[in-house]
Amino acid sequence: MSSQVRFTDFKSDKQPTWCPGCGDFGTMNGMMKALAETGNDPDNTFVVAGIGCSGKIGTYMHSYAIHGVHGRALPVGAGVKMANPDLEVMVAGGDGDGYSIGAGHFVHAVRRNVDMSYIVMDNRIYGLTKGQASPTSREDFETSTTPDGPQQPPVNPLALALASGATFIAQSFSSDALRHQEIVQQAIEHDGFGFVNVFSPCVTFNDVDTYDYFRDSLVDLAETDYDPTDRDAAKEKVLDADKEYMGVLYQDEDSQSYEQTHGLDSDMSEIDHEGAPEDATDLVREFY
Amino acid sequence: MPADFNWAIGGEAGDGIDSTGKVFAQALSRAGRHVFTSKDFASRIRGGYTAYKVRTSTEKVRSVVDRLDVLVALTPRTIEENLDELHEGSVIIYDGERTTMADVEIPEGMVGLDVPLKRLAEDAGGAVMRNVVALGAACEATSFDIEHLDSSLKKHFGDKGQSIVDNNKQAARLGQEHVRDNYPDADLDYDLDTTDNDYILLNGDEAIGMGAIAAGCKYYAGYPITPATDVMTYLKGRIEHFGGHVVQAEDELAAINLALGAARAGARSMTATSGPGIDLMAETFGLVATSETPLVVVDVMRSGPSTGMPTKQEQGDLNMMLYGGHGEIPRFVLAPTTVNECFWKTVEAFNLAEKYQTPVYLAADLAMAVTEQTFEPDAFDMDAVEIDRGKVVDEESIADHQTESGGFKPHEITEDGVSPRAIPGTEGGAHMSTGLEHDEQGRRTEDTEMRVEQVDKRNRKIETAREREDLSPREFGDPDSDNLVVTWGSNEGTLVEALEFLEEADIDVRILSVPYLFPRPDLTEEFEAADEVVVVECNATGQFADVVEHDTLQRVKRVNKYNGVQFKADELAEDIKETLAASQEVEA
Repeated sequence: MSSQVRFTDFKSDKQPTWCPGCGDFGTMNGMMKALAETGNDPDNTFVVAGIGCSGKIGTYMHSYAIHGVHGRALPVGAGVKMANPDLEVMVAGGDGDGYSIGAGHFVHAVRRNVDMSYIVMDNRIYGLTKGQASPTSREDFETSTTPDGPQQPPVNPLALALASGATFIAQSFSSDALRHQEIVQQAIEHDGFGFVNVFSPCVTFNDVDTYDYFRDSLVDLAETDYDPTDRDAAKEKVLDADKEYMGVLYQDEDSQSYEQTHGLDSDMSEIDHEGAPEDATDLVREFY
Repeated sequence: MPADFNWAIGGEAGDGIDSTGKVFAQALSRAGRHVFTSKDFASRIRGGYTAYKVRTSTEKVRSVVDRLDVLVALTPRTIEENLDELHEGSVIIYDGERTTMADVEIPEGMVGLDVPLKRLAEDAGGAVMRNVVALGAACEATSFDIEHLDSSLKKHFGDKGQSIVDNNKQAARLGQEHVRDNYPDADLDYDLDTTDNDYILLNGDEAIGMGAIAAGCKYYAGYPITPATDVMTYLKGRIEHFGGHVVQAEDELAAINLALGAARAGARSMTATSGPGIDLMAETFGLVATSETPLVVVDVMRSGPSTGMPTKQEQGDLNMMLYGGHGEIPRFVLAPTTVNECFWKTVEAFNLAEKYQTPVYLAADLAMAVTEQTFEPDAFDMDAVEIDRGKVVDEESIADHQTESGGFKPHEITEDGVSPRAIPGTEGGAHMSTGLEHDEQGRRTEDTEMRVEQVDKRNRKIETAREREDLSPREFGDPDSDNLVVTWGSNEGTLVEALEFLEEADIDVRILSVPYLFPRPDLTEEFEAADEVVVVECNATGQFADVVEHDTLQRVKRVNKYNGVQFKADELAEDIKETLAASQEVEA
């Protein structure tokens, strides 16, 4: 069936309510294309979405999906994948969802290395609550709740991921459609937690981190002789305060997913007995 | 001589109190005696007072009593802490060579057995076995056949090799001989009869874990918290054998969300925690209900609020389980009443969760979770376990639940409130689930009519359950009595034992123990038929008393205990007696 799947099969009949020009359109299209390109179909795909503009993505895509509570999408995705490793699991959220309320889960999801992809639509602003500072907002970025700027450094999600033991770290830009799709595809194909921070500009509330800004400033690592398997090189790149990069910053080619490490290979939804499992009486015997 | 026998070992945390107590309890169980254990422990790793109490009888025992017949005191404080329960003729085993015990005074009328526990243990191969020396001494003091102890030692230390088992047996012999040689005339009027029965001994947390496996639970995510951790400890290393998996999450929020994910993927899934964890899980609990995901959430209650008293008993989370979470959330709240019921209610919780696609709270409490009780093995009859997965659709039947354009309807409006469920991977079943209000297909909506239809549909499940499920209370005592005593959770056993004390005082009572807290049985008729209704529970405000007053429009009397200790049978009988007497005085 998968050979006949087109990326439009992943589109739902709901019209997105994102603002015209929102970066999330491009982010989502790339995700759908990457899913189709990697041989998935809506019935074997599970999308977990967070809260906020980015969280709406589950509604606009067609697959098995859940729209979680704020910040908790990652553990939901991990639970889905552990319970049925045959499903393709993709978690999508925003910078507030992932790096503020969900920062703790982010660190642990990275450590756990469940084979799923995590797409963060990073627009460096809270959009749906109408323009407050987010954890990735610049130190001097003036918003309704931070009129003098947050006056604290932004979270560096790439460095946080690397420090937490990530096996796949990438960054992409929603309007560079082809590269974005390629990068998400690589995250899907990675055996473990494929983390992609996507610059997905907010055209309504963020007049600093704009399409033009990213178009002019992003350095595509694919156009350099960068070796993403070199962890030391990755350290340098993720801590580089002067430049922002696009592409795969780090990939551990020896990565083994949580499911592999823990021997999870069956679909736990199946219960092949109508009562207790056959040797369950052994459980009683041990209390003699 | 009393029909039952009460033994305890007490000392500092880290003294090996727990494992020693367990060895003795197991020995009694192996001798065909019924056992009921309780723990008195503090929230610290080492130091502080801690005790393990064993009540045993050839008859079924269901609670603790205010009586100690033999006490192994490893510290002077052990005697002080238990003074109220010791009586004339009680035996105190202690090590007079231990510096802190050198000047200990045995209260008048009691029998002190000074046994050099440490020295004899060293003779047997290591000071670490000093508690086992004390067990040997206890066997001698009670004429209990030490071979039962041998059998228990083998069970506990068998994995460590035969020589360790032999050394322990030797340590017990040295304790036995010391008492025999040095106290030949001591008045040790205790006799532990043995029977041919084969009992098993386990606690509530273990029974919940066993029930989960029996019910086909494949996924458990939790975060360590007293007194629920034993559920995770039990499952880890066992559930894998049945194709399942245990995850220790980074926090309770992750735990319930991991469990929710697994449940959405179609696995029977569970998390267990105590009150503080339930608070953290509350937001996701609402999502579980709105997305109509079957999930079992175990709350092993302890004293609250806030961090409260983590190692002490309370039933203070009832309101949280009944009402917790913003908005209105259909749910089930089941309260097991005994260790055995922890098993059966867990099995039932999974069936109800899948039949009605709701979250189910299992309201256990510390007194039951850490209490070991003996049972006939067939009380855990695996052949009686039935699995009902509810309205799961397959690739053929899914067609009946699709829109004209082929969209699946996971929240289809149905008469019984339960919608079809497509497990991910089912062809044609792809759909969105969300905590946002949604239409039949799971797509967000703010349509006023659909909102009302979905709320009504979800709430209808509870009405359906009231029609289809047997929510009856368990009944004990005199069915014709005008005095009705109502309770829930672990108090049931204590109340049943309190009957005996009430009979002695010529008071008859009818007892209703309510295992279904929501939806719950309508007790109006029972309340109207009674002259007096007394609700017994381990909390200060009478949370269950409040809800039954509301249900039945009738005032009830309350017996509450909230000092951190579970009811004791004799004490509870006295409380009930006083409560009934007080109301009669008012009427007179």
